[in-house]
Amino acid sequence: MKVELQNLTKIFPNRNKKIKEGVVAVSDFTFTVPDGKLVGLLGPSGCGKSTTLYMISGLQQATSGKIFFGDEDVTDLSPENRGVGLVFQNYALYPHLTVMQNILFPLQNLKGKDKLPKEEMIQRAEEAARLVQIDELLDRKPNELSGGQQQRVAIARALVKMPRVLLLDEPLSNLDARLRLQTREEIRRIQKETGITTVFVTHDQEEAMSISDMIVVMKLGVIQQVGEPQEIYDNPINLFVAKFLGTPPINVFRGCVQNGKLYIGEEAVLDVAGVEDKPVYVGIRPEGFTLDENGPLTCKLSGIEVMGRDVSIISTNENSTNPSVRSIINSDNKVDATAETVKYSLKPHKVFVFDAETEERIYF
Amino acid sequence: MVNTKHPWKAWLYLSPAIVLLLIFTLWPIINTVVMAFQEGYSIQQASKGKEFEFGLDNFAYVIEYRGFLTCLKNTILLCVLTVPISTMLALLIAVCLNSIKPLQKFLQTIFFLPYVTNSIAIGMVFAAMFNVVGTVSAKEPIIQTWGIINNIIMFFGGEPVNWINAGSEYWANIFVLTVYIVWNALPFKILVLLGGLQSVNKQYYDAAKIDSTPKWRVFTKITVPLLSPMIAYVVITGFIGGFKEYSSIVGIFGEKMGPPGAMGKPLNTMVGYIYDSISRQQGRASAAALILFGIIFVVTMINLYVSKKKTHY
Repeated sequence: MKVELQNLTKIFPNRNKKIKEGVVAVSDFTFTVPDGKLVGLLGPSGCGKSTTLYMISGLQQATSGKIFFGDEDVTDLSPENRGVGLVFQNYALYPHLTVMQNILFPLQNLKGKDKLPKEEMIQRAEEAARLVQIDELLDRKPNELSGGQQQRVAIARALVKMPRVLLLDEPLSNLDARLRLQTREEIRRIQKETGITTVFVTHDQEEAMSISDMIVVMKLGVIQQVGEPQEIYDNPINLFVAKFLGTPPINVFRGCVQNGKLYIGEEAVLDVAGVEDKPVYVGIRPEGFTLDENGPLTCKLSGIEVMGRDVSIISTNENSTNPSVRSIINSDNKVDATAETVKYSLKPHKVFVFDAETEERIYF
Repeated sequence: MVNTKHPWKAWLYLSPAIVLLLIFTLWPIINTVVMAFQEGYSIQQASKGKEFEFGLDNFAYVIEYRGFLTCLKNTILLCVLTVPISTMLALLIAVCLNSIKPLQKFLQTIFFLPYVTNSIAIGMVFAAMFNVVGTVSAKEPIIQTWGIINNIIMFFGGEPVNWINAGSEYWANIFVLTVYIVWNALPFKILVLLGGLQSVNKQYYDAAKIDSTPKWRVFTKITVPLLSPMIAYVVITGFIGGFKEYSSIVGIFGEKMGPPGAMGKPLNTMVGYIYDSISRQQGRASAAALILFGIIFVVTMINLYVSKKKTHY
């Protein structure tokens, strides 16, 4: 089931009642979630990604715009009638019911022609439990489970009624680091196995990159960029997206373009033929540096971190907007830790130029 | 925080409360027990230097006394009638109050009014509502003078009922008392349950919505279980209060504890009996008080046992 969002907008009334203008949480959101894909809504807190998710679920009414599940317009349907599964950030498992009763709950609500015989309900609940690998915990109460287990129960409860769309609100934020890694693969596996169109919300770019088929990057309620994770990483549309994706984060320098050359400070670091002269931001991915004694970019060396396969060189440059410049190079390169400066040349496809004013990408 | 170096400081700070508790709670309790077991004890005679034998005579007298059985029956009847009704009504009202946004605070205040109003005063108002207003005389047409409840009944074409006046039926009296006690018990229960409702995580209801849960099922499967600790609390305190019912009857029927002209005190309760005996036969009053304590204790234990099985988490 594809999910189509057309010009979706959500405006909350202002807390201060004297101010008529509301707070725009989501603005003109147009995007189609392809059938059977896993899509991550990514952005910093307050960017409207959860609101978007709640509008898809129906718990929040859109101020304007339309939502389609397949060809059906569900914009005005109440959440009860949308047939979505939603996993809440803190799971919202019913504390007084066992795991089994929690998973059974949505099935017991089915009425009329959808009503299931008891045996089939139990069979389906057990199937869902098996899928998320909690079939040995069915008699426990939620408070007897770990965070990760509760999360699986929540997913099982959302899946058991075979929702048209599965929605996950910050599914991993309450888990510890190790469990997070494991669970995100788990979510990927479950989504692949069930083939249910899934939308999940996260502020963690690594999480979004690692499991999504597609990512929607949002900022202040506005879509910045949509695409496959690698594509967005390799081709950020503006400075915000470039900064938001990637660990370690991209290095950003103040620079300018003059006569088809890109300058950082006094040094012309790259040919950018055809770009008009103006001040710019230069974004360079950590892997975009090559050690080169004759390289144009000089930085003051401040430390080296050995990470086995790679070496991370930390240096400073007066034109950098980050406190330090971090590059990652292959450990085959020998770095002189006692040297005062380090010189780089740049890999052109890892260097992005942004207009200093609009922060939009300038292509060259 | 607790200063373990100077434990006497803690005792110093506690001492006003402890002294008061010793004088006004613990000492009277001990005294009650002692008096209850002194056969035929009364303060008047004790002050003349009379010694009393220890025994169960007081208890035997109280239990064998016919009026006591009436008191016990009335007390239990009122408890069994009013606690479930008031709890269910309070739950209903609390859920309704919780689900409306406008006027919530206003209505909350209105529902809370009985709690801060003197129960004797309320009783008199109820008496007026169920009463004959003015004097009933054979010459005047009675129909004009019935209280508001009977007027409402007659407006809808019913026969007026003699609720509380001379010659009224026992069950009519009990009905009026039940209405009064339930109404009087509502505010506290609503307050507790509403507080409980407002502390329930809204996400449970969102989750229920997403799973298309019918409203009734949300109430029985989510709201009631999540409120069960509060419901248990309200029921237990309700039973304890119910067994101590007294002022409501005085409020409506006066000290005679029954409709005018009735023989004995047909609507007397346990506490009423204790009050009756306290001026002359303190031994018997103490024995009755201990019996009441025993009953409340057993009922509360049963309540706690049941609620432990039924309440969740």
